[in-house]
Amino acid sequence: MPENGHWNWEPGERVIHEVKDCDAEVSWLEELHASPDGEQVAVVAKLEEGYGVCVNGKLWEQTFDRAWYPKFSPDGRLTALVNVDGEWTLAVDGEVWPETYTCLWNTLFSETGDTIAACAQADGVYGMVVNGEIWEQLYDTANEFNLSSDGKRSAAVVVMVSMGQAEIFTYQKGCYSVAVNGEAWDNRFVNAWTPVFDPSDKRLAVQTRSTLYDYTIVVDGKPWSQNFSATWEPRFNPSTGAVVAPVRQAGKWGMAEDGRILWDPTFYQLWHQAFSPDGKKLYAIGAPKYGRWTLVENGSPWPLTVGDMVEDLTVSPDGARVAAAAKEGGRWTFMVDQSLWNSWYEMIWSPVFSPDSKHLAAKVELPGKRYTVVMNGKPLKETFEQCWEPVFSPDSRSVLIRAVQDGKFKRIVAGVHDF
Amino acid sequence: MSEAALAQKIDDPGLDETAAKLTPERIRTTINRVLQQENSARLKAFVGTCVSCGLCSDACHFFLSHDRDPKYSPAGKVKQTLWEMIRTKGNVSQEFIVRAATIAYTECNVCKRCVQYCPFGIDTAYLMTVVRRICHLLGVTPLYLQDTSHSHASTFNQMWVKDDEWIDTLQWQEDEYRDEIPNLRIPLEKEGADFFYSVIGPEPKFRTQLIGQAAVLMNECGVDWTMPATPGWDNSDMSMYSGDLEIMGRIKRAHFETARRLRVKRVVMGECGHAYRSVYDVGNRWLGWREMPIPVIHALQFYWEMLKEGRLKVATQMEEPCTFHDPCNVVRGMGLHEMARDVVRAFCSNFIEMEPNREQNYCCSAGGGVINCGPPHTKTRVLGNRVKAEQITATGAKVLIAPCHNCHGGLEDIINHYKLDVKLVFLIDIIYAHMHKSNAI
Amino acid sequence: MHSIYTFVTGPLVWVAFLVFIGGLAGKFVYLTSLAKNKDPYVFSYLHLKYALRSIIVWLIPFSTRNMRLNPVMTVVTFAFHICLIIAPIFLLAHVIMFEEAWGVSWWTLPDAVADVMTWVVLASIVFFVVRRRVVPEARYVTGPKEFVILGLVALPFLTGFLAYYQIFDYQTMIILHVLAGEAMLVAIPFTWLSHVMLYPMIRGYMGSEFGAERHVKDW
Ligand code: SF4
Ligand code: SF4
Repeated sequence: MPENGHWNWEPGERVIHEVKDCDAEVSWLEELHASPDGEQVAVVAKLEEGYGVCVNGKLWEQTFDRAWYPKFSPDGRLTALVNVDGEWTLAVDGEVWPETYTCLWNTLFSETGDTIAACAQADGVYGMVVNGEIWEQLYDTANEFNLSSDGKRSAAVVVMVSMGQAEIFTYQKGCYSVAVNGEAWDNRFVNAWTPVFDPSDKRLAVQTRSTLYDYTIVVDGKPWSQNFSATWEPRFNPSTGAVVAPVRQAGKWGMAEDGRILWDPTFYQLWHQAFSPDGKKLYAIGAPKYGRWTLVENGSPWPLTVGDMVEDLTVSPDGARVAAAAKEGGRWTFMVDQSLWNSWYEMIWSPVFSPDSKHLAAKVELPGKRYTVVMNGKPLKETFEQCWEPVFSPDSRSVLIRAVQDGKFKRIVAGVHDF
Repeated sequence: MSEAALAQKIDDPGLDETAAKLTPERIRTTINRVLQQENSARLKAFVGTCVSCGLCSDACHFFLSHDRDPKYSPAGKVKQTLWEMIRTKGNVSQEFIVRAATIAYTECNVCKRCVQYCPFGIDTAYLMTVVRRICHLLGVTPLYLQDTSHSHASTFNQMWVKDDEWIDTLQWQEDEYRDEIPNLRIPLEKEGADFFYSVIGPEPKFRTQLIGQAAVLMNECGVDWTMPATPGWDNSDMSMYSGDLEIMGRIKRAHFETARRLRVKRVVMGECGHAYRSVYDVGNRWLGWREMPIPVIHALQFYWEMLKEGRLKVATQMEEPCTFHDPCNVVRGMGLHEMARDVVRAFCSNFIEMEPNREQNYCCSAGGGVINCGPPHTKTRVLGNRVKAEQITATGAKVLIAPCHNCHGGLEDIINHYKLDVKLVFLIDIIYAHMHKSNAI
Repeated sequence: MHSIYTFVTGPLVWVAFLVFIGGLAGKFVYLTSLAKNKDPYVFSYLHLKYALRSIIVWLIPFSTRNMRLNPVMTVVTFAFHICLIIAPIFLLAHVIMFEEAWGVSWWTLPDAVADVMTWVVLASIVFFVVRRRVVPEARYVTGPKEFVILGLVALPFLTGFLAYYQIFDYQTMIILHVLAGEAMLVAIPFTWLSHVMLYPMIRGYMGSEFGAERHVKDW
């Protein structure tokens, strides 16, 4: 999360823009996208000929053969993937990158937003483009892209040996590797998935399988000494640097740390683990019983469970609390502090903790496709045609609500006790 | 190996070359691991209860099409595979494994029709998946099926479609169909839409018109929908059939978590059968989800809903005599046969039932991953389904509707081989041609 | 001779029933705990209504498509199972013995009816044997074990019949009859005759899977 103390945190409501307005002849306006600070709202506009991007009603000067995937960077710059004369590039606040590519997709940002990256295909070879510069080395295919939080390193799973049709034996010898900033590791894997950087952005861990059956975690090219029958994505302990990943043994899931079992494999499922910032606590989503889901704290499942699904695990900034979206009987609520909120919703978004970890807020959908923000289980009185996920002020006293009401995009700063 | 078995021997390097490398030790430990550790109560109950009466035979199209050759009966297949593995405690030869793999992968569609014929409800399809699991762990799998499973593992789709090719196809289909419907959109990555529309790998690869037609349907029905621009869009799952359950779990997780990431309430999937089985029955369970964590609605169900809600309107009816093939996985698997008929009857004035039909329908013989075993095994499934050809011919229909990709592939080969005079279509083909299109120019 | 008779009708009956009931109970506990610990789907998807629906439908003659496709087999199978169960339980001679030992008795079958039922059982077994020899799909999966089991089921009826009509030495026959009955009981838990218990278990589970999860009939 970048610094947001300089945003306007004056309590109150301000209309930013009539969402239907655009200073050009448009065939239609697509989905709205709010900037993180709520001062801008952007939309892709289908024009008579081609596409444009409209910000607070003002069309970018340049129009495109196609524009899509509008995304605000964390520092508030608006990006869109745009096609000009059959080639793709990225537009940032209306300025396009000088280089174009056969295809460009999946825009990624560094934590502060100073680095913007995207996946690229240039004349049949693949890699990443970071701040407008493509990897020096490109590959026949690449996927599972990731960008480090400081934006300095980008990674992907890449193919090292080109395979013909149905070459299963070549495939099983191991054709994939992991490339960091375009440079591939020496290793060859049958498969590699989910490269993740450590919090200091220096190390990289991936899941791999070295045969069709032997799964493990590889950190900076060095595999764990132990194989498992399956794994999920690894995570780094922010204080010790140890790597943990859910692993499957004898049909059940447990947690392993640097190749050794940390939590016994007793779970029907275990994934989405996350550390507290001090590395002392490890949380995960798990199913201690078949078909029953809950949060797991240092290996112990919470006593309450839900049947449908638990997702979006979020650890509080102080690491002491954890929350997640929980679904039961087709409806959603939040699971936090070993209990469920009383109200159930049609749909919910990721829970958001305040910087002091005391408050929990989230965007929810009410019946009839109305949206609002809920704080500590209590909804805002107002409801909206549309709204975005809430953002807390640095002092945890206010929350920014970006919403559309009666056709107007509004920026509302509410006190955490106004709910 | 018996003479008959030798005579049927099919060359498939995925089976022969891999089996030739197996040691007796590996065969034995793998079999025993699967039989003792991975499977337990159901396997023991099914195997221990079979009274070997052979009554399940009449269920199986392979058996019926091969003039009641008992080698193709459900119990006969179990005898040639599992019974022997159990009896010998896993001490079987390489040739035996090749034969077992051939039976389990290419002579059984795991269609579960035999469950409805056995007096005890013994699930031979399940037993065949146990054999497949053993073969997968031994590395003895039909080459093309294995290649498909590799594709799933590497790209999260069935057809090696790369991340950008997927996006490109959707945008191209959108452009293409705007010639007819100028305000047509395929909304990508629309967070919070009511549902995401998921398809299987062959759609962006070969049957792109299905995506375009679906977009026209969505446009006309005025629904709030989206499609993901990331892997996870593909609902298909051949790893489920090859026995690579770990990859099955991985791709199903990607599918459901893509739905969650997009904050959709449901997934609506195209006309595919096996993918449906994978989300409601096999993949979700392997991951620990008792039901689908986010409901997946099959196309048949979706058309039916749209029709009932009055969003989908019939403009004209197809008059040619038509019949409907009930795909096992949506009918025996989810009981969608009446909904399907409601939609067919709405759009077709001359609908003729096959006999038998609904949950009793014969499998297409392509399902269960059999069609994905590729060209070496085409004959097996086509000759193994003469009864389907007879069943279709008996209706006298000129149009055959099959709302499933694998059924489609299988029936196409059956139509060609038995020279049937019938045109094969998806239900969406008929809907697209006969629906009311208020936004068309 | 008499002491052999008291032995087979006394302690041995106890042993046979113990093995029969204990064996089935053991099998039940074994399978259910296996399901509970290692096959979580079984209990998770069990659904009373659909379990019963499946069990009941398959107990009604000609209620399923396959029963209609094989009418002779259906008639024989039902007649066989009905007679197999009813005849021994309501046979006058059995009830008298029970009354002598425990002082309780119940309704009994007229001897002529019991006679016919015995014939039905024996004739059905002959039918099954012949079917397993001549029908290719049955023959293919049938081994010597199947004939031994059929023999085990036939013997108590055959010997009982011979004893009743005193065709050979009655004393010997009756002892053989009791032994055969005991042998059959003992065999139940350890052979596919255990379907007496596994029928409702499997049907219950598969019926639930089909009815509650797949919304479709399993017949
Ligand atoms: S019908 Fe059932 S009991 Fe009879 S042979 Fe087939 S699987 Fe075995
Ligand atoms: S193809 Fe179908 S009917 Fe035949 S054995 Fe396999 S599951 Fe049973």
